[in-house]
Amino acid sequence: MLEIKNLHASVDGREILRGIDLVIRPGEVHAIMGPNGSGKSTLANIIAGRPGYEATAGEVLFDGKSLLELAPEERAREGLFLAFQYPVEIPGVNNLYFLKAAVNAVRKHRGEEELDALDFLEKVQQRAGLVKMDESFLKRPVNEGFSGGEKKRNEILQMTVLEPKLAVLDETDSGLDIDALKVVADGVNALRSPERAFLVITHYQRLLDHIVPDVVHVMVDGVIVRSGGPQLALELEEQGYSLYGRAEGESRRAQA
Amino acid sequence: MSAETESLERLADGGYAYGFVTDVEQDTVPPGLNEDVVRLISAKKEEPQWLLDWRLEAFRAWQQMPVPDWANVHYPPIDYQAISYYAAPKKSIGEGPASLEDIDPEIKKTYDRLGIPLVEQEFLAGVAVDAVFDSVSVATSYRGKLAEQGIIFCSFSEAVREHPELVRQYLGTVVPTRDNYYAALNSAVFSDGSFVYIPKGVRCPMELSTYFRINAKNTGQFERTLIVADAGAYVSYLEGCTAPMRDENQLHAAVVELVAMDDATIKYSTVQNWYPGDKDGKGGIYNFVTKRGLCKGARSKISWTQVETGSAITWKYPSCVLRGDDSVGEFYSVALTRDCMQADTGTKMIHMGKNTRSTIVSKGISAGRSQNAYRGLVRILPGADGARNYSQCDSLLMGDQCGAHTFPYVEVQNPSAQVEHEATTSKVSDDQIFYLQTRGISAEDAVSLIVNGFCKEVFKELPMEFAVEAQKLLELKLEGSVG
Repeated sequence: MLEIKNLHASVDGREILRGIDLVIRPGEVHAIMGPNGSGKSTLANIIAGRPGYEATAGEVLFDGKSLLELAPEERAREGLFLAFQYPVEIPGVNNLYFLKAAVNAVRKHRGEEELDALDFLEKVQQRAGLVKMDESFLKRPVNEGFSGGEKKRNEILQMTVLEPKLAVLDETDSGLDIDALKVVADGVNALRSPERAFLVITHYQRLLDHIVPDVVHVMVDGVIVRSGGPQLALELEEQGYSLYGRAEGESRRAQA
Repeated sequence: MSAETESLERLADGGYAYGFVTDVEQDTVPPGLNEDVVRLISAKKEEPQWLLDWRLEAFRAWQQMPVPDWANVHYPPIDYQAISYYAAPKKSIGEGPASLEDIDPEIKKTYDRLGIPLVEQEFLAGVAVDAVFDSVSVATSYRGKLAEQGIIFCSFSEAVREHPELVRQYLGTVVPTRDNYYAALNSAVFSDGSFVYIPKGVRCPMELSTYFRINAKNTGQFERTLIVADAGAYVSYLEGCTAPMRDENQLHAAVVELVAMDDATIKYSTVQNWYPGDKDGKGGIYNFVTKRGLCKGARSKISWTQVETGSAITWKYPSCVLRGDDSVGEFYSVALTRDCMQADTGTKMIHMGKNTRSTIVSKGISAGRSQNAYRGLVRILPGADGARNYSQCDSLLMGDQCGAHTFPYVEVQNPSAQVEHEATTSKVSDDQIFYLQTRGISAEDAVSLIVNGFCKEVFKELPMEFAVEAQKLLELKLEGSVG
């Protein structure tokens, strides 16, 4: 489903990713762990197409199509979703209206009819229940005045409504208490299916107690230094990243 | 190139969908302005002596007045001798507004292209329209139905003929002839416009609207609108405006006067889309307008809502004089400027009566190289015990070559008054656009979603059908696509 070959990427002319290779098949959950500044978020942003993040070599294929040539919205319409580390506020735009615009943009791309307003509302209400989000949030402007945890929950709500083929979660667990963390994990687990894949980027192992990955990768200084099963995350929790030449929390490059 | 810059580039390329010219035979007065021209206009309209005298007094006053230079707008001096002050489609001369069947097919076609129905119940059932083409009103719909309730809705010229006592009683009582330079000019040469009278206790059953179209070349449009809501009456009124694309600047200097008696409510909404000139600032309408409402009676209410998306220069301050005790004034405004457009717009809330309240919500959106200023005055006079005002002025910047300015003036002469003012300035950020893009929404749609969110508090004040129209118009302006 996602195939990354020898990907190099720069931000403001500085090379952050220095040859990433990664293959994610349908149904799989991959976790990427690594110290601050290792390039984890840069990878997420390159996949989603954030302006200012430049792939300098290599390729990223999504269902065989070259992602790097597509505009961010085209990637989304192809079934890619990025849950933001820092979700953005859109004042005055009703959350439900925004979700509807997003869903219909994707449906239009697939040649499907726009969803009936009532069916759509029912679906969103059901998903809001899943992420334990009060329905009043649907009527509020997107992320405006939301707490950190509410914003992250809103990301997961969007994911469950948009039902992407591949969801990339960029440090969605950061700053969450244990209850909110479970809500995020429940959202992901509810969507897990043989057709869908996840790339979970995290600094800590604790999220992986609730979302059990198939593969764990360790990223240091812009390269994947080790890959393994779920037990790798536990090892990292005990030993830190020092084995890989970096101490926990040490940051040579500012994390983008 | 960032997503924002790209959408803005498309925006800058945007066309103007209403820029066509209608080919009709016109009766036009040669350019130039003197007392004889004023007399000629008055004679063409077969006006009574008192009105001619009123015009002449205004003209003499205008000649003595200096051109106002305090607004944050820049343009070369206007040659008032180069403008024609009267243009009318030939077929309508002397007959007053035609019946709907008798309208020149070319003019009917024009309004069809503009999406304005002159045929009753064909499109927007429940909206009565007075169509003003250059200097004259060409049609007014639903007159019969409104007359059943004693409501008068007709062209200004017709009102002078049919209801001279009402016109004489109220004309110039809210905006005196000497009020300001452009109001004085309008008073001297005004050609047509709409007149509305809602009798005591009557709630007008439909939206009333006037659609202003400038067609003729080198012509100014100077319309005059007067709306009187008698005790306990209610009316909602909307005006729309467009003009052909021409390289020369054209002057539009209108005056609107509103009078609300005890317990009456007037809601006045404007969707202004005059030709703004091309992207280098060539051509476009100079929109120098005086709009003022008098809350004459106790508990009366006047609410202005404006969506300003056109004109090369906009200079207008729809205002409320809150004379009646417990009267309420409101001003909700969205002003979008792009390319080289200049807007200096806002309101004046003059609190005279006790416990008078006013609300001001202004949303300015600047793009391209445009300049957008909010200018507002809140004046609390000594007798206005317990007066309250709330003002909110928000500016949204798109790109880095435009300007947003806020000039709030507050004069409080009564210690019991409460006046609040909030102002914000924000940018459409690349982060916001990218966020929406990652949800499948195009950069262009993202910008319009963000802008519509920004304007929401104002749009919700518009009558339903027009809120949708205004939103679409804004999207058109933002997308730069031709509708």
